[in-house]
Amino acid sequence: MSPHGNPEAPASSATEINREAPKASPAPQEHTDHAWGLWEVFVRSSRGLSHVHAGSLHAPDAAMALRNARDLYTRRNEGVSIWVVPADAIAASDPDSKGAFFESPQGKDYRHATYYTKSEGVKHL
Amino acid sequence: MAAQNLQSVPAELTAGTSETAEADGQANFDRVIAEDSRIEPKDWMPAAYRKTLLRQISQHAHSEIIGMQPEANWISRAPSLKRKAILMAKVQDEAGHGLYLYSAAESLGQNRDEMTDALIAGKARYSSIFNYPALTWADMGAIGWLVDGAAICNQVPLCRASYGPYGRAMVRICKEESFHQRQGFEILLELSNGTPAQKQMAQDAVNRWYAPALMMFGPPDDDSPNSKQSMAWNIKRFSNDELRSRFVGMMVEQVRVLGLTLPDDQIRFNEDSKKWEHGPLDWDEFHEVLAGRGPCNSQRLERRREAHDGGAWVREAAAAYAQKQSMKTKEYAA
Amino acid sequence: MSEANASATRITPGNALRPEDIALEVRTGLAKPTEDTAEYALRLGDDALILAQRLGHWISRAPELEEDIALGNIALDELGHARSFLSYAGGAMTNDDGSARSEDDLAYFRREHEFRSVQLFEQPNGDFAATIARQFVVSYYQFLLYSRLTESKDATLAAIAAKAVKEVDYHRDHAAQWVLRLAGGTEESRKRMIHGFRIMWPYVEELFRDDDLTGRLAEAGIAVAPSSLKEDFDRLTGEVLTEAGLEVPDVPAAPGGGRQGKHSEHLGYILAEMQVLAREHPGASW
Ligand SMILES: [Fe+2]
Ligand SMILES: [Fe+2]
Ligand SMILES: [Fe+2]
Repeated sequence: MSPHGNPEAPASSATEINREAPKASPAPQEHTDHAWGLWEVFVRSSRGLSHVHAGSLHAPDAAMALRNARDLYTRRNEGVSIWVVPADAIAASDPDSKGAFFESPQGKDYRHATYYTKSEGVKHL
Repeated sequence: MAAQNLQSVPAELTAGTSETAEADGQANFDRVIAEDSRIEPKDWMPAAYRKTLLRQISQHAHSEIIGMQPEANWISRAPSLKRKAILMAKVQDEAGHGLYLYSAAESLGQNRDEMTDALIAGKARYSSIFNYPALTWADMGAIGWLVDGAAICNQVPLCRASYGPYGRAMVRICKEESFHQRQGFEILLELSNGTPAQKQMAQDAVNRWYAPALMMFGPPDDDSPNSKQSMAWNIKRFSNDELRSRFVGMMVEQVRVLGLTLPDDQIRFNEDSKKWEHGPLDWDEFHEVLAGRGPCNSQRLERRREAHDGGAWVREAAAAYAQKQSMKTKEYAA
Repeated sequence: MSEANASATRITPGNALRPEDIALEVRTGLAKPTEDTAEYALRLGDDALILAQRLGHWISRAPELEEDIALGNIALDELGHARSFLSYAGGAMTNDDGSARSEDDLAYFRREHEFRSVQLFEQPNGDFAATIARQFVVSYYQFLLYSRLTESKDATLAAIAAKAVKEVDYHRDHAAQWVLRLAGGTEESRKRMIHGFRIMWPYVEELFRDDDLTGRLAEAGIAVAPSSLKEDFDRLTGEVLTEAGLEVPDVPAAPGGGRQGKHSEHLGYILAEMQVLAREHPGASW
């Protein structure tokens, strides 16, 4: 795992700093004096709710990432459960493809209950 | 790896020449900004926008981290155990703020270690206010009330910054900052209602921190070349002078409750502009401090350097251990 | 502001026992320690207070920002325990003017020989490895002590211990994780870890020493006899040390004497710094 993998790193179509920049340019690598990897933190605020992305942090491994997450993101009773994920283990959809990737559900109103208006007023439906 | 697949497939679907991609990107960016929506890390964004954000967020992160020092200076001497606990929690929060912000900056493609190295090499800026010394206990009050207060004024609008990760970091930070300002106010209130010596200490601290706190909003608008563009990009929502004026208005009210005074006899509410006005600020001093010639610049950087360089062996050890462990796991698997 | 809801997590103060609650119980006479119990609470409170003072120094100086926060949390936990124990102890003590002694009276207006902490707690932070070595010993000791103290016949001590033991359980995990990493990391970190244990270990024995007070209180089911913790301490710390490939340092024990007010050269400096401001303004409130 690269020490600075980041699912939120800019896409390669972007500008002067591209997606590969942190890995490809040698300067930061030399500077990273064993800097710790980036982890994404997900916190469940109470039982019955989903884990929600809370933020990121640095840690040398999963065990420490969990502990750092506990110290950083639950100091004020924010959680009852924590997940940590190496940032570069997250696969993300491409924002540039928004059109193609997320077009299909558009216009399919019949997937939603609100589409069915004739049953309005009928109880328990 | 899955990540690469996912990223390459849709990219092919939308494949075009790089110029059209660039034009599409710009159009999309402009639309998002016009709609007052949010730019997310993997969106196309203009180079200058990215650069401006990186500069602003990393400076902001550095300020949180360097800002720990003046207050950490009083943890060991806090005059009651309750105050000691509050101060420790506060300084610790500032470390958290630095972390949230470094993470936001990392999403723009620069890692924390690079930013730290720039900071300790003296190449990065941070808020000039933290280069003033915290001389008495009352400074813990004045810093909380004035410095965190000014920071909140600056930061609440940033919760709506057009860059998603920055705005989200600011939401979290602002929630925590409100406790910071209140505890500062309470320290001053206790001192003001205390012995004559305590009250004097409080007034003296307010006198020293007032002007530097006003300067935290940055140079006057006509001397702030980048502000306009930042506002056009919905990074900044209000101008430096606008925020400063609002802040002065709030302080005028609050200082009365404290039973103290602000060291500025030119504060007035301008009925025409509906804005609060204040006396002149020493912008030469501001630029001097920013250029590294403030009372504590070298001390602050040296502390950061000591912690970072002195801690290198610990970070290396943990990284080496993690690597050994993962090799062991692989050996088991094989 | 709708964005305020955009934060993924919510903030609540929780509802655990706070030092203020103990102080209130003492003031209203709901909790009233005997002289012996107060002296015992003072010991535990002083241990925690001196440790908090030491750990607080790391905030803004730790090897990585995440660790600034971790050590800060531990310092805050210890400070909380100190405040609870001291508030309780003060219930059996009076100031010169006849008023009951508060946590702050005890922290800021006692002299060096009146402090009852054992000498390990006042040992200098040294480098990160030395701090972790001290932290490792202290947190296992406190974990075992508080675990047993939850069964104390003194309801206040039991309540303080019940809150503290959960926090200290985390401290010992934190310390053990770092012992493993420093011992198994690089050659340098291993050397430093070994050195850290060497300089802290002379003060370990004192933790487990019984005396008349603990004898009387243990008999009454109020305190834990320090010596009774030793076996578990050796076993639990031994497991981690073995995993880390470390041995218990072969160093002679120091004579100690902190429980009787005999301290190393370090405590005077800690108190000088901690107490200076409060003493400049006696009687002031903050
Ligand atoms: Fe902050
Ligand atoms: Fe570095
Ligand atoms: Fe703050």
